[in-house]
Amino acid sequence: MDEVQREFGFHTRAVHAGQRPDPYTGASATPIYQTAGFVFEDTESASAYFNLQEYGNVYSRIMNPTVAAFEERLANLEGGVGAVAFASGLAAQAALFFALLEPGDRIAVAKALYGGSTAQLNHLARKLQITVDWVDMDDAEGWRRAVTAETKALFAETIANPGGNVLDIELAAAVAHEVGAPLVVDNTFATPYLCRPLEWGADLIVHSATKFIVGNGTTIAGAVVDSGTFDWSNGRFPSIAEPSSAYHGLRFHETFGVYGLLMKLRSETLRDFGAVLAPFNAFLLLLGLESLAVRMDRHVANALAVAEWLRAQPGVSAVRHPALADSPYRPLVDRYLPAGAGSVFSFDLESGREGGRRFIEALSLWSHLANVGDTKSLVIHPASTTHRQLSDEELAASGVAPGTVRLSVGLEDVDDLVWDLERGLHAARGSAVVA
Amino acid sequence: MQEIVLNARTVAIVGLSASELRASNFVGYYLQRHGYRIIPVNPNEEHVLGEQVYPSLRDVPEHIDVVDVFRDPAAVPEIAREAVEVGAGALWLQFGVISAEGARIARDGRLAVVMDRCLKVEHARLLGRMHWMGFDTGVIAGSRR
Repeated sequence: MDEVQREFGFHTRAVHAGQRPDPYTGASATPIYQTAGFVFEDTESASAYFNLQEYGNVYSRIMNPTVAAFEERLANLEGGVGAVAFASGLAAQAALFFALLEPGDRIAVAKALYGGSTAQLNHLARKLQITVDWVDMDDAEGWRRAVTAETKALFAETIANPGGNVLDIELAAAVAHEVGAPLVVDNTFATPYLCRPLEWGADLIVHSATKFIVGNGTTIAGAVVDSGTFDWSNGRFPSIAEPSSAYHGLRFHETFGVYGLLMKLRSETLRDFGAVLAPFNAFLLLLGLESLAVRMDRHVANALAVAEWLRAQPGVSAVRHPALADSPYRPLVDRYLPAGAGSVFSFDLESGREGGRRFIEALSLWSHLANVGDTKSLVIHPASTTHRQLSDEELAASGVAPGTVRLSVGLEDVDDLVWDLERGLHAARGSAVVA
Repeated sequence: MQEIVLNARTVAIVGLSASELRASNFVGYYLQRHGYRIIPVNPNEEHVLGEQVYPSLRDVPEHIDVVDVFRDPAAVPEIAREAVEVGAGALWLQFGVISAEGARIARDGRLAVVMDRCLKVEHARLLGRMHWMGFDTGVIAGSRR
């Protein structure tokens, strides 16, 4: 009965998934459908599309063929049934939590988290009247202690920003499923090339595609990928399983099955939020995904080489790269990230806040900026930038030391990167002597 | 599965609801729009989507290419026996309609069987429109058609 379908490899799918040559022109690259609306064939078609009785292009705030090609390619690489793209990673997260949570619900979230996500969750908690239970993801019992009968989702990053903590995905998924909640994983730092959390039991993936996915620092973008395996009709998710007032009583999960949450996220949440990805940005993201695998191999090799060099240098007190042999996360890296633990990590200067400032000022090749996952190597010193207003004690509470520096290692020659870092370290040590 | 979708002309929908909000009605409406002749099978209705409804597959007076089932899995073995009896071409069980016994009965009766899949989704996958919603179609090709 079913014809045997070839299982294509990751590199092949990264280049082809979501897109075929244009049937009308033969164009090999994905056309950029720079249009707001789409002309209906007839009135019957128009009403079928609006009622969701048939998949059809209506309006680019809800769907667009160039954006769809990116969504399908990302979903394919993560092993999901589909994806919905958003204007940014934070927009994707906000939309997903908005779709999942009701006032009074709780969400268990790893404390080791991107600061922007922490701030967003605190705001959502106030505005939506939900409660965030913060979890120490390094504690094997942390998730189990945090979940309650009201917990509607668990959320963590595969590799935490900036601490480099690695999530035990199977453990978190097991706890989530015991209480009938989905595990949501931010897979930004790993990308689907280094880790596919859905294969380890996670239910939903969120991405800041601004980082390694586009790969060159040109584009702000985000996405939600769904495994399609979570049972939204388990009695805990009325907004997905029960009749929707926005679609004349349509039950998303019953009607669309494994695509239920994605249909709701697109035709209700994205429609209402309007945080849509532009077609041109989707085009750049498609180009990015084509070379994701080859870029990530070099990112990983460069980052590990820089980390190993750094920890042999005077004036450096700690290097937190999860793949280093003596990292507490090395067993989890071996299990979940065998091809590498990405290229973003932090280290501490003994010379503290002032040393960090001198270090940054002495660098000429590394770019001092607030992004990661670029082809170019990037550096930031939280104590003099993002966390500048905090005292040393407040810094420590947020897991950042006065001398902590975060690196995002790019694709340059390692010798050149090390040459520049050596100049920075020299300047940092000088400041320590002066002080 | 691809052959069933492309070659079928007449689809009997067992459990086709008259309510426009039910998945069965979505699928029936969609198949009509794409040129299939649909035959509703439901003991509780008379006309659905403009078509005469029959109480069972045995009452349908014409050849059926695909029997598409939207019923409780417990009802599937009997539906499969009827499908074999009337000489249908294939038994298609929708999302969540999972019955190993029903599938075995149909296969023993030389029917092709598809289980836990949506006929509308598979049609959309072949037509390319499923791709427009950001779903993974699994289609990997660099050729034009």
